[in-house]
Amino acid sequence: MITIIDYKSGNLRSISNSFKKIGSKAIITGNPEEIANAKHLVLPGVGAFGTAMENIEPYKGLIYEHIDDGKPFLGICLGLQVLLSSSDEAPRVKGLDIFKGQVEKIPKGRKIPHMGWNQLKQVKNCPILDGLDGESFYFVHSYHAILDDDCNLSGTCDYGIDLTASISRDNVFATQFHPEKSGVPGLKILKNFVNL
Amino acid sequence: MLTKRIIPCLDCDLQVPEGRVVKGVEFKQIRYAGNPVELASKYYEDGADEIVILDITASHERRGTMVNVIERITENVFIPICVGGGIRKVEDYTRMLKAGADKCSTNTAAIHNPQLLTDASKVVGSQAVVIGIDAKRRYVEEDKDAAQGKNIFDTNQGEVWFDCSIYGGREFTGMDAIAWAQECQDRGAGEVLLTSMDGDGTKDGYDLVLTKAINDNVDIPVIASGGVGNPQHILEAFEIADASAALAASIFHFNEYPIPVVKKYLKENGVRIRETF
Repeated sequence: MITIIDYKSGNLRSISNSFKKIGSKAIITGNPEEIANAKHLVLPGVGAFGTAMENIEPYKGLIYEHIDDGKPFLGICLGLQVLLSSSDEAPRVKGLDIFKGQVEKIPKGRKIPHMGWNQLKQVKNCPILDGLDGESFYFVHSYHAILDDDCNLSGTCDYGIDLTASISRDNVFATQFHPEKSGVPGLKILKNFVNL
Repeated sequence: MLTKRIIPCLDCDLQVPEGRVVKGVEFKQIRYAGNPVELASKYYEDGADEIVILDITASHERRGTMVNVIERITENVFIPICVGGGIRKVEDYTRMLKAGADKCSTNTAAIHNPQLLTDASKVVGSQAVVIGIDAKRRYVEEDKDAAQGKNIFDTNQGEVWFDCSIYGGREFTGMDAIAWAQECQDRGAGEVLLTSMDGDGTKDGYDLVLTKAINDNVDIPVIASGGVGNPQHILEAFEIADASAALAASIFHFNEYPIPVVKKYLKENGVRIRETF
């Protein structure tokens, strides 16, 4: 059973559909009890950093506990960015600070948002990326995560500069791209996550 | 590196419960290309990078049918879906996104109420707000007054500016497409779905002057649309106009050029495309 946190953000149905496709049952819930009991927890996210953090506020404690208990956690897109310390998108709002670092606007001189399919370059061992180095994934974002500590970086993609594509530390995983919108390779990532 | 996107477009008639994909060569001569749910699955398996679904009846009463079609498509199709036609209020965006769509495209409603783009981008994010621009060439020579203050471009047929049309090309606004695209970007639109009304349905190729003009004047991605007849036209949209994506309908529907054939051609000609899926 996969638990997807419903904090009024984005396209949750696609995420639960993709887990269903790989044979896993997923629930979309904002119920604290169900979130506390989750084995695999997914934090999706579309939209703006500030609003997202406001909506995540009631679930912050549950997210920290889940991660401290060593249970698998997956952040997707904005669900990756909110794991960092802060974002230029909402300078006064604090992030979850699970990974030290900043979220910054993608530098000018290219099309923004970074929208479309880009190749993942795996930069360290990471169980959810197993067998997927070099595959294409669907990205859509105007801000990008910059970690203080590169050892938590698991994948990058080339957009004139290297962008953070995925991060991981122990039981915490997050992708800037959308595995639920990335065809078969995306489903494979979710499968890897479910198998943790 | 980011790859160029190939986007099949399903023009849907939603007056039947399941919807049906329409390809009108001209308005009088409507051909049906199939069921939207089945076609979307086929294109997904063929390697489409995204799918656009347009409600050509664009009627508010059909919103429920569209939601249904999107819900069914996204059960088995795991690539981005853009919905257009009849998107008039912020709630239309949220409803389509909730059904499984990733973006909504709007044209007429945004021209009547540009604030819609500002409001929608705040609620659903710029990445989900696509501005549809249907543009037609106006020749400076034919009406010098109308061309005043417009962005003018050289073509083989003389100097032109681009006029925004609404209601699927049935009405013209006299608005400069370049200036409008820039305003949409400033208001928070995240992508332009650009259709040439001169090219649409002709199979003579995209309007490359128009595509390049818009693309050079905005920072958001541009999807070229209208006029594609063969893979070479798609190559031109990428090589000459540097579009981020190319949209096509009939060449895919009737299997003239299946997506894998188009992608193979593009790859052979040095375009970066998504090969594995």
